[in-house]
Amino acid sequence: MQTVLQSLLWAIAALLATGVAGGVAARYKAATPAVYVIALCVCAFALSVGVGSLLGAGGPAPSLTLPLGLPWLGARFELDALAAFFLIVVNLGGATASLYGLGYGRHEEAPGRVLPFFPAFLAGMNLVVLAGDAFSFLFAWEFMSLSSWALVMAHHRRPGNAAAGYLYLLMASFGTLALLLAFGMLAGSSGGYAFDAIRNAAPAPAVSAVVLVLALIGAGSKAGVVPLHAWLPLAHPAAPSHVSALMSGVMTKVAVYGFARLVFDLLGPPAWWWGALVALLGGASAVMGVLHALMEHDLKRLLAYHTVENIGIIFIGLGLSLAFEANDMSGAAALALTGALFHVFNHSVFKSLLFYGAGAVLTATGERDMEQLGGLIHRMPLTAFAFLIGCAAISALPPFNGFVSEWLTFQAILLSPALPQWLLKFLVPAVGALLALSAALAAACFVKAFGVTFLGRPRTRMARDAAEVDGASLGAMFMLAALCLAAGVVPAYFLDALAPVTQALAGARLPQQEGLEWLTIVPIAQSRSSYNGLLLFAFIALAAGLAAEVIHRWASNTTRRAAPWDCGFPDSSPLTQYTAGSFSQPIRRVFGTVVFRAREEVVIPPPGDATPAQLHVQLRDLLWEAFYLPTAAVVGFAAERLNRVQFMTIRGYLTLVFTALVLLLAVLAIWQ
Amino acid sequence: MAVILDLGVQLGQMLIVLALAPLLTGYVRKVKARLLRRRGPPLVQPYRDLLRLVRKEAVVADSASWVFRVAPYLVFGTTWVAAALVPTFASGLIFSHAADMIAIVALLGSARFMLALAGLDVGTSFGGIGSSREMMIASLAEPAMLMVVFTLSLLAGSTQLSFIAAALQGPGVGLRVSLALALVALVMVAIAENARIPVDNPATHLELTMVHEAMILEYSGRHLALMEVASYLKLLLYLSVIACVFFPWGIATSGQGPAAYLVGTGLYVAKLTAGGALLAVFETLIAKMRVFRVPDFLGAALMLGILAALLRFVSRVS
Repeated sequence: MQTVLQSLLWAIAALLATGVAGGVAARYKAATPAVYVIALCVCAFALSVGVGSLLGAGGPAPSLTLPLGLPWLGARFELDALAAFFLIVVNLGGATASLYGLGYGRHEEAPGRVLPFFPAFLAGMNLVVLAGDAFSFLFAWEFMSLSSWALVMAHHRRPGNAAAGYLYLLMASFGTLALLLAFGMLAGSSGGYAFDAIRNAAPAPAVSAVVLVLALIGAGSKAGVVPLHAWLPLAHPAAPSHVSALMSGVMTKVAVYGFARLVFDLLGPPAWWWGALVALLGGASAVMGVLHALMEHDLKRLLAYHTVENIGIIFIGLGLSLAFEANDMSGAAALALTGALFHVFNHSVFKSLLFYGAGAVLTATGERDMEQLGGLIHRMPLTAFAFLIGCAAISALPPFNGFVSEWLTFQAILLSPALPQWLLKFLVPAVGALLALSAALAAACFVKAFGVTFLGRPRTRMARDAAEVDGASLGAMFMLAALCLAAGVVPAYFLDALAPVTQALAGARLPQQEGLEWLTIVPIAQSRSSYNGLLLFAFIALAAGLAAEVIHRWASNTTRRAAPWDCGFPDSSPLTQYTAGSFSQPIRRVFGTVVFRAREEVVIPPPGDATPAQLHVQLRDLLWEAFYLPTAAVVGFAAERLNRVQFMTIRGYLTLVFTALVLLLAVLAIWQ
Repeated sequence: MAVILDLGVQLGQMLIVLALAPLLTGYVRKVKARLLRRRGPPLVQPYRDLLRLVRKEAVVADSASWVFRVAPYLVFGTTWVAAALVPTFASGLIFSHAADMIAIVALLGSARFMLALAGLDVGTSFGGIGSSREMMIASLAEPAMLMVVFTLSLLAGSTQLSFIAAALQGPGVGLRVSLALALVALVMVAIAENARIPVDNPATHLELTMVHEAMILEYSGRHLALMEVASYLKLLLYLSVIACVFFPWGIATSGQGPAAYLVGTGLYVAKLTAGGALLAVFETLIAKMRVFRVPDFLGAALMLGILAALLRFVSRVS
């Protein structure tokens, strides 16, 4: 087992070397395919290692200490069940992104800004997952942040990208600072930075509470938990599409890993209110994310907002699991945790797929604004098909995978009456309502995203002249689409694979799913709930096929093409179609007037004036106004005041240094 | 042998719901007509309409893609499967474990997803208006429905319709406030989901008030027939759910023999008759509301659902 970990680390070293070589050789045309092929091979290898060690789990986790990092500590690496699961998520995304990059990367105008950082980013994410001590973890975390920041800034001259990168850098540093403090608190008494030492030290309840909040800030800001999500919808879309997929589909999952590692593994037994806090933040993220997405017309930004929603769903599961664990209901905790982890996997699959689809649209039309697209299903049928499957999966529709993980989370919510705390009794059904609301709104949002982009008639020349993308991109998309269906139709195998992880974190596992009749999944008991995606899929296919066969054979099978009917008044101009803005207007009116203070202003020109009437929609981001603008104002104010310190005389500086010294000595004297 | 029998009963249920669905719609129309002192079309008129439609050629708009042509089959197939998984005359059928109530709601969501996409496919303004409004209605109706499911599952300890029906039939339940709230919420959701008055009018083609009809405006021939059957099936499904959960008397359990099945079928038809008549009376008494009143209507349903669930949480002090 030790050799497995060694070979993994060698593979990561190979990625880093590829990054360096890619930077040097970026001006050669062959560099692009070479870098992506190497990244693909390494990720495929690491993926197989992850699958192997998750399925073959049992026995002590292999660990390794390298003479790097802090001199008295070295760098420790571990591969336990949790790490193996996230290794799969990271490298599945990495492998498909590399495959996609083989095609997509050809259109890159500045490969020198992407090629060095893409493998480095992959290496950083792998190292976070494998790290076995606080120092290596934080180092890898920061490495991952910085390399992804470089990728966000790849097209830094486009309007808005520089600001997005700046905000991302700020939030990432802030998050790392919180994590640094969290690890500092954990290691405080014993001074041990290795995860083993932290795990064995039992922190005081007050310390654990502070660490939980710091972990929520640190990992939550990376994952995009409301209200720390503001950077995410700006930074994720700014990167090249395969990197957007990695950031949205995979890096947010690495953040979830950080949270799970800290709170479930290192922190010891939870208090019940942790679950309430985490689940509530999750519910708020889910609804806010999807409402933002509904108001969005930029395809990639819409997808990024949906990441906020799905991270919310994952945190609902994690919070429930904490609440159950605090009350020694390990079976229920395992169910909630399984739901959350399965959603981690599922979201990484369909979010990557959707970002690849958005990238394909971008390649074919040069456009991310949905209002400029339309009718692409005729020009890009394969992309449209794969994207449709991703849309159905993310909208939690059976028989695809998104439904299964949300269903498991619902089942966990239904177990909450057994919780003794009154706050949780009231809170959990409310969170359930938020989850249901976000699932329904997600379906509306993806009807909009697919319908306006791919269906209807083309709204611009670019959309009319689009052409299908290359084979490598399509291959990556179809692999993920197949996985969406497979994980939805036979979830039993996937749930069983998660058993060692929940066993390690929650102390229990779901009942063995494989081997049940018809591959039904039964999370608690047959009499409570069961779901069978395979049967549903087969029945729907049979029923639809039967209907088609019967009607075509015995009734009619003639079809005539004609102009659209449209109640007798068809208008040939594609501008009369429903747009993304008009599609979401009812929902904007119902929810947006409260959440975004949405206002509509209609400007109708006076009679005789030929200028078109105009409709202006005004949305306000209240969270931005409540949290970010005041913070920025305070920082600006303080900076302005401190500015004077930069222009003092030498006497002034000496006085300042002397006063500081005296003050510190006084503090020390009082402390002793 | 037992397996073959079980499969036969399951197949019987699939055929019964398919056969009864148009009759139910025809019956509701007939009762409504009689209430308005019209004679109304005969009960079998929906079957005749369907037969006529499937024999005609299908006219497809120039700008339509394969989504438009595949959607009717998928919508029909998904709705049919969902309807066949609800216990009608018998519970505990061989495939009833395939989907619990949450999954049945989600299956209807899948059908609606395809339907809304089909509405957008041709690229007309009416299709868009229908899809957009349908998704707005669904975004409120689905959470309300799930809160009803929560309430029921808290009472019965299961989300599986067969077990809920059995548990509510049992002695330990009786009349409860949360059950009443859940029933009201479920009826409101059913009215909205089936595009009935006061949310939508199934008989109108007045453009600006229609939702469901606007989405299927471009359909004709066999495609339209399938969409119509799917909407008939959905109405039957919701009535069956209400009957099975709140009026579970007489539902045969698996393996009780043909006599129990016959009684169950008779009672099921009686329940549908009563439900259909009540729907017709309700629709005749009330006026259609403006589209932006619908969120208030469904918001009330959602609140009732949440209230029902919370009452259950509170009253379970043990």
